[in-house]
Order: sequence, then C-alpha cells, then structure tokens
Amino acid sequence: MANIFAYAEARGGELRKVALETVTAARKLADSTGGEVHALLVGAPGIAAKAAQLAEHGADVVMVCEHDGFTHYNPEAAAALAADRIGSGGFRAALFATSAQGRDLAPRVAAKLGVGLVTDATSVDLDNDNLVVKHPINIGKVIATVVISGTPALASIRPNTYAPVSNPKAGRAETVAAVGDPAASRVVVKEMIEGSKGKLDLAEAPVIIAGGRGLKAAENFNIVEELAAAFGNAAVGATRAVTDDGWRPHSDQIGQTGRLVSPDLYIAVGISGAVQHLAGMRTSKTIVAINKDKDAPIFKVADYGIVGDVFEIVPALTAAVREARKGH
Amino acid sequence: MKIAVCIKRVPDMDVRFRIAGDGATLDETGVKFDLNDFDAWAVEAALQLKEKAGQGEVVVISLGPVQAQETIRKTLSMGADRGIHLQADRIPFDGFAIATALAAELKEGGYDLILFGKLSPDSSNGITGPMVAELLGLPCVTAVSGLEIANGRGTAKRELEGAQEMMEFPLPAVLTIDEGLNTARYPSLKGIMAAKKKPLESKPAVLADPGVKIAKLDLPPDRTGGRIVGEGAAAVPELIRLLQTEAKVL
Repeated sequence: MANIFAYAEARGGELRKVALETVTAARKLADSTGGEVHALLVGAPGIAAKAAQLAEHGADVVMVCEHDGFTHYNPEAAAALAADRIGSGGFRAALFATSAQGRDLAPRVAAKLGVGLVTDATSVDLDNDNLVVKHPINIGKVIATVVISGTPALASIRPNTYAPVSNPKAGRAETVAAVGDPAASRVVVKEMIEGSKGKLDLAEAPVIIAGGRGLKAAENFNIVEELAAAFGNAAVGATRAVTDDGWRPHSDQIGQTGRLVSPDLYIAVGISGAVQHLAGMRTSKTIVAINKDKDAPIFKVADYGIVGDVFEIVPALTAAVREARKGH
Repeated sequence: MKIAVCIKRVPDMDVRFRIAGDGATLDETGVKFDLNDFDAWAVEAALQLKEKAGQGEVVVISLGPVQAQETIRKTLSMGADRGIHLQADRIPFDGFAIATALAAELKEGGYDLILFGKLSPDSSNGITGPMVAELLGLPCVTAVSGLEIANGRGTAKRELEGAQEMMEFPLPAVLTIDEGLNTARYPSLKGIMAAKKKPLESKPAVLADPGVKIAKLDLPPDRTGGRIVGEGAAAVPELIRLLQTEAKVL
C-alpha cells in the first residue's frame, strides 16, 4: 500500500484542468497498490469550495490551505508547503502537472526534499521499489523509460495525457496551515494579465488550429480564427516563423522552443512541417494538414492531408464544420 | 554586476537518432552538438545587463565532457569574460545531481544573477535552474521573457497558459530564460580572436550518485501518416466524413 500525493493546480480561484489530470494519474497509481490519494489545494480564501471536484476525480483526502498570500501563484510559499506535506506524509510518490506553474514549482519542491524529478511524464507506474516514468527526450524523437529509486519519487505529468476520470472518493477535507508567512515571499506576482476570457489555451484545447507562413500575412490568420470558432472548442497556434515575424505572440508558438501540445485534433494550415515545429505537436492524436506543396514534410506525419490553396480549402472546411456541429 | 550563466551543449535535433548497444544511451557518432538555444538567450541577457551596467563580469559554466569547452569558448567569443568547465564523462540525466554539482561551484562566486536557459531539448526536464536556486537559498523566476533590473531588484515577465505573470524579486537571484527575451548575437571575428585568450578553468564536477536514471530508450513508432484525402475544397466533405467516422473527433 502506498499513498500518492497530488498537487492540485489552481489559478485565479479556479482549478486548472491539469489539476484533475494530476489527481486522475495519482488515483491510477494509488489503485495499483491499494493506497490513497492526498491532494493539496492552495489558494485565496474560498478555494476550499473546489475540493469537491478533486474528490469527484479520486482524492481520498484534500488538504486545503487558504491564505491571502495565495491569491496569485506564490512559488516560495507553495513550494515550502508542498515539500513539508510530502516530506512528512510518508508518500510513495508525488505528482504535479507539467504546466507553467508545475514546471516552476516541482523542481523547487524536489530540491527542498533532496530528491530527483522527472517532468513531462506520459505515463507513471510503480514497479516494486521504483517509480517508472515514460519521458520523451530529444524533442520527442526518443522515448526514455526512467526509473526513480528512493522515496518520495517526484514526477510531473504532461498535460492532456491523463484524461480526467470521474472516480468519486470521500475527499475528506483537511485544513492545513501555510509553512512560514506566504505574505513574506521574496518572489511575488505583482500582476497577472489574463488573456481574453473564455479563450481556450493551447494546453487545454481538445482541438488546435495552427497557422504557418503559408498564410502569407498576419491578417490572414482570420481564416484560422474562424475555423477555430466553428469548432467551438479550439485554440489557435502558430509556427516559430510566424511568431518570429510578429504575426502572432510568442506564447502561441508550438514547437521545440515553444509549446508542446497533444490535442485530440491538430489542423496544420499552411505549415510545411519543419523539425522544430513537429517537435511540439507530433503527439497529437489526429493530425490534419492543409498545404499547397504535396511534398511538404507535414504530410508525412498527418493522418489526413488536403493538397491545395489554404484560402480556398479552409473557408470551405469552416462551413462544413459549422454544418457538422449544428445542434452542439 | 557579476553574472553566471550555466550552459549546455545539445545535439542537433534535425537528425534521426540511433540508440547505442546498451539500449539506454544514444549513439553520438556523427551527431553535431551546439549551444542550446535557450542558453544562448541567457548568455545574451547577461551580456546586455553587463553592457547596460557599464561594468561587471559574465562567467559561463558548463558541466560535461571535454567538448563542453568548445561550447564555453563560443560564449566567450560572444563576449563572456571567462569560463568554468566542470568535467564529467557524461552529463547525468538526473537534474538534481547536476544542480548539486553546479550549486557547489556557484555558492562562493558572489554572483548578483545566475542565469539558465529554460529547458534543454535533449533531456527535456527544465529543472536544473530552480533546483540550484533552492540549494543556494536564492529567489528564482523561471521562463522569463521580459526583464528589467534596477537598484538591486528585478521585474520579470513570464508566460503562462493564456496569461502572463509580472514578477518582482530581489537580487541576488536565479532566472531561467525563455524565448522572446532577446535575439542572441553571433560571435564576431574579433570576438573569436579575443576568446582564445580568455581564461577557461577546468576542474572535476562533484557528482553524487543519481537517484533518477534512464533504464531504456525507444524510438517512437513512426506516425503512419501520408494519407492524402484529396485536392482543393472538393476534398473537404471526405475529410469531414473521416473526422466523424474514423478519427471520431468531430
């Protein structure tokens, strides 16, 4: 029997989807040994109301820490609290999300505990004394099977690999105090600038429409935006060439130096398929490519390709998707 | 302003990788290595901060085999002042082992800033910087894509999923650098000549036994793509049918 710790990521008083994915992954691990999942949820007063969602996805215990100092992400205080809980709770493993927050937090916690960490895990399993983690290296061209010996073993889960599963547990709420004064952290978020409300992020969108140089100009991204709107659950991404030219912000870049995404459906519009770009999206479940050059490398990774003029094909696809999704 | 930049040489990703006979390492025969892009942006950030301050020192540190010295030399030709090579036959996969060795070197350095690239594309963990910060007890901001330093304090921008955080922190601090902060300069001919005379110290890295190890490497199955549905807008109805009935994503 081994209990598993899950860090339930929240932002702006709301749980992130990756919080449910982390709890789902932890539940699977715990079930393989008959152990419990203990989730940690930190936030401003009121965050406790979100504990029920964690219980719904398999948390036996939800440790809640409410403090004004957690209104924004508070890396030092969150790391101190997580390390304290993991260190004192006798957990076999502790899971985080490989999100912007999780990438920042998990290594701090690992170093405080004096243990290693593997990020971007596409699977985690317990095998006797080891935590066995699949972790893509070399921009996803090689898959490493990594063993973490020692306890606790820390890993962070790649977003969109553990789909949240409903698995209701008691979710016994435990109020926990912060370690030290969260208001006294040296590193503080002075301001958080939210993107447009209701706009899906690349990490969370089930569908991504990405545009490349084949769109010829920044303003032509409107055909990509319209296709995304027709899906209703899509986010818009771009290649490095496009973000380097300032057509789209750097935060939209999918690729080796940008975002790593694995949506259910990825539609590449006017993208040739440079190695740097493929690195960011090759784990997408279904890939569609639309490009005028039938020899473009993108067609080698695409499940379905259409060869031709994006300015003719994309609007036709938008209309067809709108029609197909009528009633949704 | 005294700034350390920790860098790594990484393989050219534009190749088909081969797994070595042991099944757990890559065959590096014929593979070209170069300075990690994110680390180049970290070096550039350090050079710009030093130039703006009008004085200071940029020290570049790299852990790895002897070839790391070539990569350090490249940053010296960009304008860094001196290099420190921490010798290790292989770079361990365990980020904590690397962080511990780097922290031991950085501890007594008296640095105002310690910079890292956000991630290296080979090991793909992005954890060494914040681990070093914890080991040294220093403030840390990761994935910095905007930066201002003044009067012993810093302001940094970091990109989140669909949002940005504006962070404030005191110096000394550890930062990891993301794309978008700057464009790295190329070494000039003059820089390359000057770099030959700059100090590059080499000493053994103090590496603990790793708790995290690669047991096995596999090449992922090639995507069985390459299926062209058709040409032009006429192919759209067939694509919709496939997305609905075969891929079941619509």
